[in-house]
Amino acid sequence: MATRLSIRTQVLAIIRRDFRVAMRQRSDLVNPILFLLVVVTLFPLGIGPEPATLARIAPGVIWVSALLSALLGLERLFRDDFSDGALEQMLLMPMAVEWAVIAKIVVHWLLTAVPLLILAPLLALLLNLPGEAWGALWLSLLLGTPVLSSIGAIGVALTVSLNKGGALLSLLLLPLLIPLLIFATAAVETAATGLSPAGPLALMAAITVLALVLSPYAVHAALRVSVN
Amino acid sequence: MVTYRPFSIAVRGAMTTLLEAEGIMSVRGERTLFENLNLCVKPGELWQVQGPNGAGKSSFLRIVAGLLPAQAGEVRFAGELIQHGRSNYHSNLLFIGHKAAVKAELTAIENLEFYAAIQGQPLTAPPYELLERVGLVGLEDIPAQRLSAGQQRRIALARLWLSNANLWILDEPFTSLDVAGIAMLHERFAWQLARGGAVILTSHQALDNIPVAVNMLTLEYQH
Amino acid sequence: MWRWLHPYAKPEATYRLNKKILHWLAIPGMVILAVGMVWGLAFAPADYQQGESYRIIFVHVPAAFWSMGFYMGMAIAALSAVVWQIRTAEWAILAIAPVGAVLTFISLFTGAVWGKPMWGTWWEWDARLTAQLILFFLYLGVMALYAAFEDERTGAKAAGILALIGVVNIPIIHYSVYWWNTLHQQSTITQAITRFEKPSIAPEMLWPLLISILGFLFVASTLVILRLNNEILKREVRRPWAQSLLLKEKG
Repeated sequence: MATRLSIRTQVLAIIRRDFRVAMRQRSDLVNPILFLLVVVTLFPLGIGPEPATLARIAPGVIWVSALLSALLGLERLFRDDFSDGALEQMLLMPMAVEWAVIAKIVVHWLLTAVPLLILAPLLALLLNLPGEAWGALWLSLLLGTPVLSSIGAIGVALTVSLNKGGALLSLLLLPLLIPLLIFATAAVETAATGLSPAGPLALMAAITVLALVLSPYAVHAALRVSVN
Repeated sequence: MVTYRPFSIAVRGAMTTLLEAEGIMSVRGERTLFENLNLCVKPGELWQVQGPNGAGKSSFLRIVAGLLPAQAGEVRFAGELIQHGRSNYHSNLLFIGHKAAVKAELTAIENLEFYAAIQGQPLTAPPYELLERVGLVGLEDIPAQRLSAGQQRRIALARLWLSNANLWILDEPFTSLDVAGIAMLHERFAWQLARGGAVILTSHQALDNIPVAVNMLTLEYQH
Repeated sequence: MWRWLHPYAKPEATYRLNKKILHWLAIPGMVILAVGMVWGLAFAPADYQQGESYRIIFVHVPAAFWSMGFYMGMAIAALSAVVWQIRTAEWAILAIAPVGAVLTFISLFTGAVWGKPMWGTWWEWDARLTAQLILFFLYLGVMALYAAFEDERTGAKAAGILALIGVVNIPIIHYSVYWWNTLHQQSTITQAITRFEKPSIAPEMLWPLLISILGFLFVASTLVILRLNNEILKREVRRPWAQSLLLKEKG
């Protein structure tokens, strides 16, 4: 009996299942957001609330906090699947594993980046980011969060079978995310001075495309190693 | 839309080999688990891989399924190396490993919905008949984490009734099952063999009262 | 084309090759390095701009250069290990990583030491030093990942994948860090060093620099080869070839 099983069906099945699971674990979704808010609050408390200073450091603070909060939320990508055996099954699906990886990255992005994009105006307000830069901030987050999810997925895939993978994950991922950080903050800062952020944003877009295209292959290789 | 070439098993009685493993060697850490292991599975055969704890039964099953690379040897499905014919192999294979792959947060029905979808038979209605077969009627709306180990395993095993894969590879399928559950599995294996499929499994217990012939592959513990 | 390399997938062949190479690398390397160091640190003329303290480039530049070069070497080993599953290549990753990390550390240390007499600070977020710092983290990541796995072969493959991802990222990181630096006008050390790397450097300074670079290569390679042989022996100690070798060496 021939089985007509399209890639679309399988990808949608994964997305549907992962969303259902995520909705039953709401606190896992909320914690990184709360962490982000707390961290952003710490900076004015630590550095002083002087508006000009805050405005000066706002792009960097928002992006560094977003990075740290993303690290917190990355483990959900593969850890549960690893412990209950769903990861093995993912590697045994008829379609190329890279599609399944893309499905999981998409779900992760929707669950972690969308709250961040919604909160961005609030963060800009708390740190006194100049109005001209709000658009650039939002765009930089829109372009950069897919990179966080896809490169983060590589790190998680490499460490998912380790017991204390958490700290190691940060060491592995942060060097790889530094270009993203540099261009993102540059975009926002440029916009804050009234100039066009097109240059850095274009560089970010290039990185995003590169990450989205190449990371499924790297994640696949890493998952094969971790499942050994 | 991609079609996967199904392995034709309509040729009953033909001596075509479904799966062939030749010269398989596995080294984990410093220990050689086994070497020069061979297995030839034809349509309609049930194979039990047996051996003491630590002999490498699970590793062998995972090598055959393609999850673990062997240090030596080849595995072929329908004549093709599994590394080359991956999608064909995977669309004709059902592997249920040690871990049940049941999502703890989802109910039995939701788990089954996922598996039905990726096995090519999307559920249009709640599968009451299936639930009855595996003895989960009345428990279908409870999150799996609140079910017993045996009940969770039944959710995983329900895939056997949703599957038309030609080759089943099952690691300790009888774990946590009661007598009724074991009989139910035996029946399903008979069904699979009758249609020309094959089953490879491991089990700590002897397969008593099973209505089909059992071929044995014995692994010895290597020191 | 690569057929001549195939025999070296066997640890024994690589071990013997390494021993032969060591003859040519070890002692000549130490001599060359000594010559370069003494010439550069003691005898080369003083710089008209920076006086005596520029001499640190004879240590800094070779260390920085080879810290990158050895990462490339590690990536090539990683490619062999991940794609072709060659065990010797897996051990090569383990052999190269610490040496590369030390070279990177030396470049960071000498970069910092240079800064102090010149500009009064121990550390400056200069493009070059920042890029070296990130490279240091990349090396540490590979070493930490390798060590974190219980099964060594799995660890080697994971570390290999990470090394390959690092290699793809290094040009991007370099570009972004230098770009970031021009944005914030902090490139004093880079400018100071680049002066010496341009073709217009005086021959009295160029020769000791080139000799130092060669010396660093030889000595660091010696260390890598010694480490690789060590790893090979550690794992192959029960094989007959290793047993007869060790017996022969004993007496």
